[in-house]
Amino acid sequence: MLKVNDIQVYYGAIHAIKGISFEVNQGEIVTLIGANGAGKTTILHTVSGLIKPKTGNVQLFDKEISNIEAHKIVEMGMAQVPEGRRVFAKMSVQENLEMGAFSRKDKGNFDADYDMVFEKFPRLKERRKQLAGTMSGGEQQMLAMARALMSRPKILLMDEPSMGLAPILVDEIFNIIQEINKAGTTILLVEQNAHKALTIASRAYVLETGTVVLSGPANELLDNDEVKRAYLG
Amino acid sequence: MKDFLQQIIYGINAGSIYALIALGYTMVYGIVKLINFAHGDILMMGAYFGLLAITVLGLPFPLAIVIAMLVCAAFGMIINKVAYKPLRNAPRISALITALGISMFLENYFVVQFGLEVRKMPEIAWLKGEVFIGGLSIPKVTFLIVGLSIACMIALQFIVRKTKVGKAMRAVSEDMQAAKLMGINVDKTISITFALGSALGGLGGVLYSVAYYQVEPYMGILPGLKAFVAAVLGGIGIIPGAMFGGFVMGIIENLTKGFISSSWSNAILFGILILVLLFKPSGIFGKNTREKV
Repeated sequence: MLKVNDIQVYYGAIHAIKGISFEVNQGEIVTLIGANGAGKTTILHTVSGLIKPKTGNVQLFDKEISNIEAHKIVEMGMAQVPEGRRVFAKMSVQENLEMGAFSRKDKGNFDADYDMVFEKFPRLKERRKQLAGTMSGGEQQMLAMARALMSRPKILLMDEPSMGLAPILVDEIFNIIQEINKAGTTILLVEQNAHKALTIASRAYVLETGTVVLSGPANELLDNDEVKRAYLG
Repeated sequence: MKDFLQQIIYGINAGSIYALIALGYTMVYGIVKLINFAHGDILMMGAYFGLLAITVLGLPFPLAIVIAMLVCAAFGMIINKVAYKPLRNAPRISALITALGISMFLENYFVVQFGLEVRKMPEIAWLKGEVFIGGLSIPKVTFLIVGLSIACMIALQFIVRKTKVGKAMRAVSEDMQAAKLMGINVDKTISITFALGSALGGLGGVLYSVAYYQVEPYMGILPGLKAFVAAVLGGIGIIPGAMFGGFVMGIIENLTKGFISSSWSNAILFGILILVLLFKPSGIFGKNTREKV
């Protein structure tokens, strides 16, 4: 479904991604784990089209998307829940969800989609009229996820969805990620909480300073001594 | 008291034009964080296009307004594409200097094309004269100016609050990258913002030239700067703030002219800018909203 072929990405003079390849197949949860600065967010930005790789390419549904603008990639069926949630703080919950559906061609009636996201995130329904910026961090994370789902993505990229949340909320968020996946959406998950991520993922790639150092089925990596020492503590 | 009310009426008249122009400044700032100093010249262009539509094409006044707005909208988009878009990732000071350059270019281009002579907007027959209400004389043109300005502001509020493109504008102004990830075409949204702001500026230009009769290449500078102060006073980037600031500026200007001295009015208006920047740089409507992150 998603194929990343040997991409190299620079931030000005900084060589952030030094030749990374990975793929995500239909129906999987694939996770990229690694420490801060390993290049996880840069990879998601490159896949989403926010930054362009210097060499290598990204393919979505067997079509090269490395040179397609970010907003058109969303139309193709890939959505992202960005790091730090990035909800539109001065817009209401309802308006944030509408923005999520912005790329949809089937105009007008999104009632079924609202029902779907409100069923997953009941708290958002109560707060439909509230400004997103006045909600708690956990609620904003739920809004960011609901917003991404409004585009009816075939593949969903999630960047650190558990960041800064209380443990009980982290569990809830990870349960919802599994639900979304079971309902048919493929997921590429970037996480610092390696243990949680490996528990729900089917496969994983371990990143260190811009390269993949390890990859394999998630349950094998959970037992890998090196991974245990470096990421699971 | 009568004199006071009379000056207030003149103030509302001038203020509604400042408000229209201030909207252009504030919308563009809100979305690309750029003070578009060429915006005053959009006013000048609007006045010229209105004048040409009436005198050369012989069109009726209402149609001339529409044409001026459309042409200014197109120029706003062209200026954005040619001058500002290539600098989107450059330091902000580069874009600001470019704005000043565009402003000078437009003024001098119109000098070359139309000369320095001050042209007179033809009088519109049905706008001549005054209406007397309770001893106050209100020029008929004031009704048109205030009415049209307020109608446009309401329309703009509707667009920004309720329509898909307006919501996209707000999303882009808050977080450009997140907006892209929603599938919003950021370039197109910015372009539409320039078009809307410039159309209002063009309308302001026609109305200004109808109120004060004259059209010349440098006519946009002073009202442009006053509208800029209005936008800062109301809170730059905040649409209701720009409208409010415009009316306040117009009223203060005319009260100064009426009761202190005409020669002091500009000093006082620009003094407001200094006071705002010293004591409330976020403007009257600007507040430090607490956002949880």
